[in-house]
Amino acid sequence: MFLSWMAWTWQTALFFILIVLALTCMAIWEYKSPGGGPRDGVLGLHTTRGDRLFISLLGSGFIHIFWLGLTDLPLWGASIVAVVYAIFVFRKV
Amino acid sequence: MINKTINQKAWFMVLPVLALVAFNAIIPLMTVVNYSVQETFGDNLFFWEGIKWFEEVMRSERFHDALGRQLLFTLLILLIEVPLGVGIALTMPRQGIGVTICLVLMALPLLIPWNVVGAMWNIFALPDIGLLGKMLNGVGFDYNFTQNTFWAWATVVAMDVWHWTSLVVLLCYAGLRSIPDAYYQASKIDGASSWQVFRYIQLPKMKRVLTIALLLRLMDSFMIYTEPFVLTGGGPGNSTTFLSIDLVKVALGQFDLGPAAAMSIIYFLVVLLLCWVLYTLMMRNETN
Repeated sequence: MFLSWMAWTWQTALFFILIVLALTCMAIWEYKSPGGGPRDGVLGLHTTRGDRLFISLLGSGFIHIFWLGLTDLPLWGASIVAVVYAIFVFRKV
Repeated sequence: MINKTINQKAWFMVLPVLALVAFNAIIPLMTVVNYSVQETFGDNLFFWEGIKWFEEVMRSERFHDALGRQLLFTLLILLIEVPLGVGIALTMPRQGIGVTICLVLMALPLLIPWNVVGAMWNIFALPDIGLLGKMLNGVGFDYNFTQNTFWAWATVVAMDVWHWTSLVVLLCYAGLRSIPDAYYQASKIDGASSWQVFRYIQLPKMKRVLTIALLLRLMDSFMIYTEPFVLTGGGPGNSTTFLSIDLVKVALGQFDLGPAAAMSIIYFLVVLLLCWVLYTLMMRNETN
């Protein structure tokens, strides 16, 4: 298969599908309500919803790697923290 | 009231760039993510390992040390290059033939390829035959960048300062040149000292270009590879093994693609965070 060199697994494929889905949802959201919903959040940052998605994803990445580096707890704990963090970012930041 | 027509068709114009970025960035990055959760022994055979490599890298002393060295290097060169660049830009002539001469001299180090800079400094700093090495040993220092950690660091930092301070100088000089003469005349009438002129006129006017210079130097220094690799090869020992050098050692030297991929992703996240922080600061400055 011509994509076999990329060493695909279903787990990583699922990860990328979720990222693409998130981006598609954001595009639809933007189409329905253009302008990006800019606001000044609690951190004093001026953000649009695209910025908030980026901050959520980047923060979630760090939450997961720090969880792996600092604790022996199961990784879904980090995922729960990341979801809570993303909700906070989308509502307040 | 004007009713603006919203036309999203222009997005199709972005498609060629998207295709290009997909081939040179997104697809390789996806492959790295795939590698990061697997083990391979070659022959395109992969075995699922899950989060093992991330756990290993995040707890590895070697990674912590390389990251620490990388941060220290970045901090050192920023602390030297930014004030030095501003200082040189302030002393550069504003008119006459001197402007051209200074600009050409300043641009020269930026035109030299990175591996040539490394090779040049390697020869320049050799303790027995290099001009710098021989001179330092001649005046009584025990200089040997291939065996002494302090001198290896000093040489790598000096090389980066030599190579990249010009960039800060040129950006700051452009910022200084954009200040209208009226500002200087007003400050003269008010009897402002040269420090006050710098603090209240030149520095605020240079703020934007300085932020860009800081951002560029931060990112470049954080991803530095070629120059220290050619100069010291990461040594003596591992003392100048920065993140990128360590990454190449793991990926190509040891052919540990899984741990190297996990390390790349963590490295990428750190770079992305730094970029975002600086970009946010820059945009905030612009808004203000």
